[in-house]
Amino acid sequence: MPEADIVQLHESAEHNPARLIAKLENVVFAPGARKLVDGLSFTLRNNGITTLMGPNGAGKSLAMRLLARLLLPTTGHVHDCGIAARDIALVFQKPVMLRRSVTGNLTHALKLHGVSRAERPARLGELLQMADLEHLANSPARLLSGGEQQRLALVRALAAEPKLLLLDEPTASLDPQATQAIETLILQASNHGTKIVLVTHDIGQAKRLACDVVFLHQGFAHEHAPAETFFTEPQSLEAMAYLKGELLI
Amino acid sequence: MQDIQAAFLAAFNLIVSLDADLFDIVGLSLTVTLSAVGISCLLGFPLGALLAISRFPGRGMIVVFISSLMGLPPVVVGLTVYLFLSSAGPLGSWQLLYTPTAMIIAQSVLVTPIIAALTRQIIEDLNGEYSELLRSMSARRRDVLSTLLWDARYSLITAALAGMGRALAEVGAVMIVGGNINHVTRVMTTAIALETSKGELALALGLGIILVLLSISINAALMSLRTSMERFAYA
Repeated sequence: MPEADIVQLHESAEHNPARLIAKLENVVFAPGARKLVDGLSFTLRNNGITTLMGPNGAGKSLAMRLLARLLLPTTGHVHDCGIAARDIALVFQKPVMLRRSVTGNLTHALKLHGVSRAERPARLGELLQMADLEHLANSPARLLSGGEQQRLALVRALAAEPKLLLLDEPTASLDPQATQAIETLILQASNHGTKIVLVTHDIGQAKRLACDVVFLHQGFAHEHAPAETFFTEPQSLEAMAYLKGELLI
Repeated sequence: MQDIQAAFLAAFNLIVSLDADLFDIVGLSLTVTLSAVGISCLLGFPLGALLAISRFPGRGMIVVFISSLMGLPPVVVGLTVYLFLSSAGPLGSWQLLYTPTAMIIAQSVLVTPIIAALTRQIIEDLNGEYSELLRSMSARRRDVLSTLLWDARYSLITAALAGMGRALAEVGAVMIVGGNINHVTRVMTTAIALETSKGELALALGLGIILVLLSISINAALMSLRTSMERFAYA
């Protein structure tokens, strides 16, 4: 089923190439003797939010870094599908804040994105409003709370108007209120046409947000299915065990 | 013991009376040192940052070479600069020998490796934290360099201070290329050496006290700036 699903997605995408966002094809990542990603294949289409799920060490974060082109596969292919590296943004689980104010962090992103000096104030205002950080505009970014930092990291990534936004467990250490704020931002970005790929361990979050789910275990995609199907009728034994809360070893 | 007390008293009098000769020497010292440190920062910051983020064959050797230059003997630097600037040297036509410019050049040669080596370490550490973020933002090399240098600016104060300490205390190189000419190239350290050899302890002590006070004041001011920025998580 997983292989068939992935193939089907490939075929579907090939018939409608404009909707293809990225494609991993038999990707192996083995920086040493051990294969951390082993034959990973899945296709991303521009149809809402895709979640990557799986136990710790499944290779989800590596898959994100491969998609973001921060890592090169040892073998296999990461097809760019016409998306340039500068159209991809990545938000990390622990956001990296520049040693600047909130405004400084956003201005830096806008500058890198090539937004002209004249346009920056307006864009900055929009981003601050989006993140609900206007009152903290001049505060040092590294002194914000975890939730505020993650909101800032998210809108900083959106400053580049990416076509593909990769979110690596952005709410892993946040309280429910902060999580809700992040989820709202994610949905807003998705509604504006940004393809979102979200790594999450939170099954509830995946149910709330995901259109489709890629389930990874031991560096391999065992299943790629629409969210509803995945949660009600998982096909692989690994996904079934994961959803039951069993330890996958 | 009485001689020492008298010397201290005389030195104190020179300072409080704002002795023209003494402050002439102090002024030139500061001009030479600050110019040399400024030039060294302009060269050492980008050089160190470039070494921190670049990977190329021979990089390790360059890093070791620059680090080893931190311990360059000042008299050897003085002699080398002298040979270059002397009338028979390749830059002799510039007629810079025994001028403050020659002293600035010699001090810059001494201080640049210190600042470059410390900058490389500081920027390498920061790059470890920022690297993935900046790559994920498709930052070009010059953007990466400017981001790292700007965000490390308060940490780089330490590198500049180390360079300033070396320049302010330096005597051998500036003596050789400057010649210790009164009102032209006489700076605090060379004056202290000369006055001590002449037995004029008052001026030597006065300069010594000012030298130490200057060193402490500059360090204190910059370190307090760094500490306050750390409090705001900018350093």
